[in-house]
Amino acid sequence: MSSGSSGSSGSSDFRGSGGSRSSGAFRYSRRKVVAGAAALAAVVALSACGAKTDEAGGSSDKAAKADTSGGTVRVGLLNSLSGTMAISEVTVRDSLKLAIDEINASGGVLDKQIRPISEDGASDWPTFAEKASKLIKEDRVAATFGCWTSASRKAVKPVFEKNKSLLFYPVQYEGLEESPYIFYTGATTNQQIVPALDYLKSQGRKRIYLVGSDYVFPRTANKIIKAYAKANGMKVLGEDYAPLGSTEFSTISNKVKASRADAVFNTLNGDSNVAFFKEYKSAGLTAKSMPVVSVSIAEEEVKSIGSQYLAGQLTAWNYYQTTEGDANERFVKAYKDKYGQDKPTSDPMEAAYTSVYLWKAMVEKAGSFDPEKVRAASDGITFEAPEGRVTVDGASQHIHKTARIGRIGTDGLIEQVWDSGEAIKPDPYLKGYPWASGLS
Amino acid sequence: MTEPTSAPGKGNPLKRAVPAGRSARAAAGFAAAALALFALAPLALSDFRLGLLAKYLCTAMVAVGICLAWGRGGLLTLGQGVFFGLGGYAMAMHLKIADAGPGNLPDFMQLYGTATELPWWWRPFANPLFTIAATVLLPMAVAAVLGSFVFRRRVRGAYFAILSQALAAALAIWLIGQQATTGGTNGLTDIRGFFGYDLDDPVNQRMVYFVIAAALLLLVALARQLIHSRYGELLVAVRDSEERVRFLGYDPANVKLVAYVVAAGMAGLAGALFVPAVGIISPAMIGIVPSIEFVIGAAVGGRASLAGAVLGAIGVAWARTALSEEFPGAWTYFQGLLFIVALAFLPGGLASLAGVVKRRRTARPTGEPAPALPLGEAA
Repeated sequence: MSSGSSGSSGSSDFRGSGGSRSSGAFRYSRRKVVAGAAALAAVVALSACGAKTDEAGGSSDKAAKADTSGGTVRVGLLNSLSGTMAISEVTVRDSLKLAIDEINASGGVLDKQIRPISEDGASDWPTFAEKASKLIKEDRVAATFGCWTSASRKAVKPVFEKNKSLLFYPVQYEGLEESPYIFYTGATTNQQIVPALDYLKSQGRKRIYLVGSDYVFPRTANKIIKAYAKANGMKVLGEDYAPLGSTEFSTISNKVKASRADAVFNTLNGDSNVAFFKEYKSAGLTAKSMPVVSVSIAEEEVKSIGSQYLAGQLTAWNYYQTTEGDANERFVKAYKDKYGQDKPTSDPMEAAYTSVYLWKAMVEKAGSFDPEKVRAASDGITFEAPEGRVTVDGASQHIHKTARIGRIGTDGLIEQVWDSGEAIKPDPYLKGYPWASGLS
Repeated sequence: MTEPTSAPGKGNPLKRAVPAGRSARAAAGFAAAALALFALAPLALSDFRLGLLAKYLCTAMVAVGICLAWGRGGLLTLGQGVFFGLGGYAMAMHLKIADAGPGNLPDFMQLYGTATELPWWWRPFANPLFTIAATVLLPMAVAAVLGSFVFRRRVRGAYFAILSQALAAALAIWLIGQQATTGGTNGLTDIRGFFGYDLDDPVNQRMVYFVIAAALLLLVALARQLIHSRYGELLVAVRDSEERVRFLGYDPANVKLVAYVVAAGMAGLAGALFVPAVGIISPAMIGIVPSIEFVIGAAVGGRASLAGAVLGAIGVAWARTALSEEFPGAWTYFQGLLFIVALAFLPGGLASLAGVVKRRRTARPTGEPAPALPLGEAA
């Protein structure tokens, strides 16, 4: 992995800083020790030298090869099992395990049983990077499934790219990304946010207020919403962000009320929604007078927030537990049988479940677990998912998905009130939308 | 070192007789550490595990500073994440600018920002020499300004701890809010090169490890020098009885300030080296929780002993990885249990174990047991 030309200068750089500085700091009887340590460091440093950034071809054949010998193939499950994101990500992990169990029961992939290796990302982005690296290099997994927040995806993206290993990411996100080593099975913006705006526009609700948590997804989503509004004769009356985990919403709900908007577009995440909807109700705002469209509240969250605060409000997803079809009936039944009758299924869980089957289909089409061959085989792969038929778009490595607007019921389930009719082609950079040309 | 071994006088501060046995033991320990870090670890560990060790060594560098400021000076610094973050962000931003190439903005600024050029306060970080100096000097300057206000006003104990923690929270929240210029919650990720060296290359990763190991040994030597100088005794004296030191004609504020500033510089260097080793710096490494975790490592190992603090920091970080790999669902309970057991039964940390055992066996008068301070009198 070395290049002779730049070698000597490289190693002396490193040796120089370590050795000379330390010899200045030691005196007395430690001098010999330091000399010894410096010599050792020099020997090791001289023994090898690395590639410089401006040299081409340095990163080939460095990828850790997946170990697919024997009767099993290992895959990584990378989810937060502790920390603030655990409540959401554990359901994704359970859903992934369900898909793996089903596939194993029906004979596995290429006659190999799948062996999942679960790692805890601990809601901490550097930990996600560390665990991704461990799964690829130590466990030599054939593919990894998981991550939820955009920050965790951004943290592991370079790890998967450097090691040329595959990640299947199951959550709707803010778009503006295409990594050759990530398959995005959740919605990108033109499959969730843009259809939600189309819906609001068709309902005549053109004056909207934006409320979100202060992190990447809401800020990027709101940038897109503002561009859309400008081009479509809608008006954004205000834009407010609360820190993740914040529970103080009296100011924001008063501002929302004073704005007399037609609707609120809500990109709050997690606990903040509980406080927001309570304040919203006590400010006298209702789903009838000023509906809230949420993009991060699924069945699991409805349960924890309490449907009495949410009944009648709108959500935008690609799947609901109530989505019709045989595939979904089977999925919901299998999930409840395995994890309990009171457990709801949600969009990210469905996307995670689907991602395992998509990977299986890609591997079988490629006839190999090799990530490059799997990628090459990905275009046009279809699967009868619980949300309906999904198709992989090989160029962007996203999937075609149907957008669905739902209304939250008093029973905690979400009833669909509108869908896009057909699966929408993924367009992560919104290239097909002239109004979005200034966004990236 | 609960009581000074020599009365404070006005002699040359660095000339003090160190017992020959102790010096030899320290030299032997140092040689063993160098051998382990430079020879054994690279031979025994895979590239991945060596990369993890590099990360642990960075937390150990922070622990060296904590040993000085808290263990020796009684300053419970619950905000070392601030200095770690300043060093880390300075280095990461330089590497991002270098990765983007001249005239280009780093990728996250193109994605989230509207600006067409770097904000003025990032511009100096395009210069590598400025960056290297800033990773250490910037945290030290911040600590000096903050410390001189705080110590002159005789803020101490729990108030100092709360203040330092509030600072960590404030910096993390500010960084999250400035997505267009600091990367927000994502932090600065996807760092490809380190001063012209391709970080994808395992050989260069190994080099980064050696730089970190050398830096840690350097900091340990520096801290040892300080601890065993007359300043070091003064620092302990301030910790144990600030008023008495004041009556003797010293200014305790200055004594504490030096320890605080040096600890900040060490944390800054650790943050700067953490970036090429791990490839990411984010507010998650800066806020209240990581700041407390830095202190926990030093506390478990033994905050008043250099070896204890360093080995404690490495050990706790290693345990975190090992437990979470073994029990991904329940490891946090084990980690919590470890802290409780260690601190309940050995308030002086694991480093005091040898002293405790020795005192039980024989009553040797001239031994050097590490001080076993109850947690309550931490500051």
